[in-house]
Amino acid sequence: MINIFEIREAISMAFAAIKAHKMRAFLTVLGVLIGVTTVIAMVSIITGLNKSMAQQIESLGSDVIYVTKSEIGIQFEGPSEEERNRPPITFEDAMAVEELCPSVEAVSPQNWGPGAKTVKYRDNKVSRFQLIGVMPSYEVVNNNYIEEGRFFTDSDVNYRAMVAVLGYDVVEVLFPNLDPIGKEISIAGRNFAPKRFRVIGVMEERPSILGESQNNFVLLPHDTYKKLYPEEKELLLVAKPKNPELLDQAIDEITQVMRIRRGLAADKPNNFAVATQDDIMDIYRNITKAIYMVMVVISSIGLLVGGVGVMNIMLVSVTERTREIGIRKAIGARKRDVLWQFLIEAMTLSGSGGILGIIVGLLLGQLVAAVTPLAAGVSLFWIILGFSFSVSVGLIFGIYPAYRAARLDPIVSLRYE
Amino acid sequence: MLIRTQDLWKIYEMGREKVNALREVSLEIEKGEYAAIMGPSGSGKSTLMNLIGCLDTPTKGDYYLNDKLVSQMNDDELARIRNKEIGFVFQTFNLLARATAAHNVELPLVYNGTESEVRKRKAREALKMVDLEDRATHKPNELSGGERQRVALARALVNNPALILADEPTGNLDTKTGHEIMNIFKKLHRQGNTLIIVTHEHDIATYADRIIYIRDGAIEKEERKKN
Ligand SMILES: Nc1ncnc2c1ncn2[C@@H]1O[C@H](COP(=O)(O)OP(=O)(O)OP(=O)(O)O)[C@@H](O)[C@H]1O
Ligand SMILES: [Mg+2]
Repeated sequence: MINIFEIREAISMAFAAIKAHKMRAFLTVLGVLIGVTTVIAMVSIITGLNKSMAQQIESLGSDVIYVTKSEIGIQFEGPSEEERNRPPITFEDAMAVEELCPSVEAVSPQNWGPGAKTVKYRDNKVSRFQLIGVMPSYEVVNNNYIEEGRFFTDSDVNYRAMVAVLGYDVVEVLFPNLDPIGKEISIAGRNFAPKRFRVIGVMEERPSILGESQNNFVLLPHDTYKKLYPEEKELLLVAKPKNPELLDQAIDEITQVMRIRRGLAADKPNNFAVATQDDIMDIYRNITKAIYMVMVVISSIGLLVGGVGVMNIMLVSVTERTREIGIRKAIGARKRDVLWQFLIEAMTLSGSGGILGIIVGLLLGQLVAAVTPLAAGVSLFWIILGFSFSVSVGLIFGIYPAYRAARLDPIVSLRYE
Repeated sequence: MLIRTQDLWKIYEMGREKVNALREVSLEIEKGEYAAIMGPSGSGKSTLMNLIGCLDTPTKGDYYLNDKLVSQMNDDELARIRNKEIGFVFQTFNLLARATAAHNVELPLVYNGTESEVRKRKAREALKMVDLEDRATHKPNELSGGERQRVALARALVNNPALILADEPTGNLDTKTGHEIMNIFKKLHRQGNTLIIVTHEHDIATYADRIIYIRDGAIEKEERKKN
């Protein structure tokens, strides 16, 4: 088609042209740069997310079942009318599941409720934390154990003891260099005055998820919590099967028990949701899919804008260099030689934008990795893909200008001023 | 016979009007000849040179170069002939502004796939022929008019063409520099090259062995130097 030396010549001429008009070249490929940057940055962030998500979801234990009022997932418009009208998951539901499901080892009803305002010890104060009412089964079901002191007992629950177990983050702020066990803290809620609680334990530290610490909580015995929030009925119900092989069977049993308790006819759908770690993984995958879609849209727009920019600048370039085209034809360049020269130039231009985009994208990924706990990284596949796309943009949008250049009559172009 | 044209016509149609830029031009030029074409402005000198140089095709008539019928060739074949058989020198030099002298000279070799090493060597030799080896790395805007034209000459002869064409090569140069260029042409002719130059100036035309006068697109008369 055309020889290797012409290709080299065209590439070096293209770089000379870029060097001669640096700003113009940069503005031209800005779109391509943004498009490729988006791909590389998003992919490296998603790769980082994937790594830590997979790890963290594993660390929660893959054999846990969640029972909730509405479906777990991303709902952009919030829960539907039907979902809002569902009956809440109650403590009684939890007890029934524990009693009637032979494959379930333990259930942990967790009352997340509206939360509290502040927790204080002397002058130290934490104002953003989760206040959760739990049962003694919390430890085993959540695979998260006490590190210091003791966990709640049945009598703590029954007597509504004013005791608390703290998460690691809360301890660090309230008791920077004190042993928290036995100390009195004060918790103020949204609708109750500060109340005193005695610290009886500290939970072991859990790995953070998506950069969100999992240790920023205060646990209270379930019934104690009920006393603070009497009208809070809604629970998160977490159940653990006797062993991982019984997971599916446990789900069936739980579903059956819940349907019977709610008197659902055989043809009615569930008015509650049962999900496992796998389902949560799926939800996460759907989120990444959505991010990928956004990425595709942004980068497509970027590449399109970049492509139009490349086409425009190449048309200008063809006009500016009419005489050069005439010279090349006079000394033996064929139509296709000129065509390829300009195509290669367009590809070099957009490809340079692509390389810049890859660099900026990688840097952004590294930045995210540096400021968040995500291990951002991107595979060679995406780098090659980003580069190929940027080069293709030059090829596609360079065709028309290159065709115009190739078609020029040598005599007319030699006379061009 | 290197060049043979038979009743060449070039007719430009300008709307309803027709311009007969060339009318029935029949011309023969042998290998090793040095010919000058003279004539008033607008007489068709450049048009004839462009046809001989395969930059253009005649409206009517046949043109044989090296006994090959060029007037029927397609674009690609013409490009190949321009590259291999013809070296063109223009009044306005027509060098690539962004490329060095050496790069400009190498350019025709790029289009026939010559290796980089060979290209560099040939470009050096061609620049030596025009006494310009020491300007190889200069860009055109770092060269004088005479030097630019010498680079253009080196480019024209780098492929060792059968024919060197020059359309008013001294038109943009002062008299002294013009004669310097003509001396290089003379040297090239002595080495056996076939040359055709177009000029307005009689002084310049007398360097050639043969002067062809054109008027209104037709050959008016011819003079041959007797030796
Ligand atoms: N592309 C064109 N379209 C129409 N007419 C043309 C075209 N090119 C040349 N001509 C006409 O053909 C005639 C010959 O032009 P040409 O350029 O060959 O003259 P010339 O002898 O080289 O003149 P000069 O000495 O001024 O360079 C002129 O009348 C010119 O106007
Ligand atoms: Mg002319």
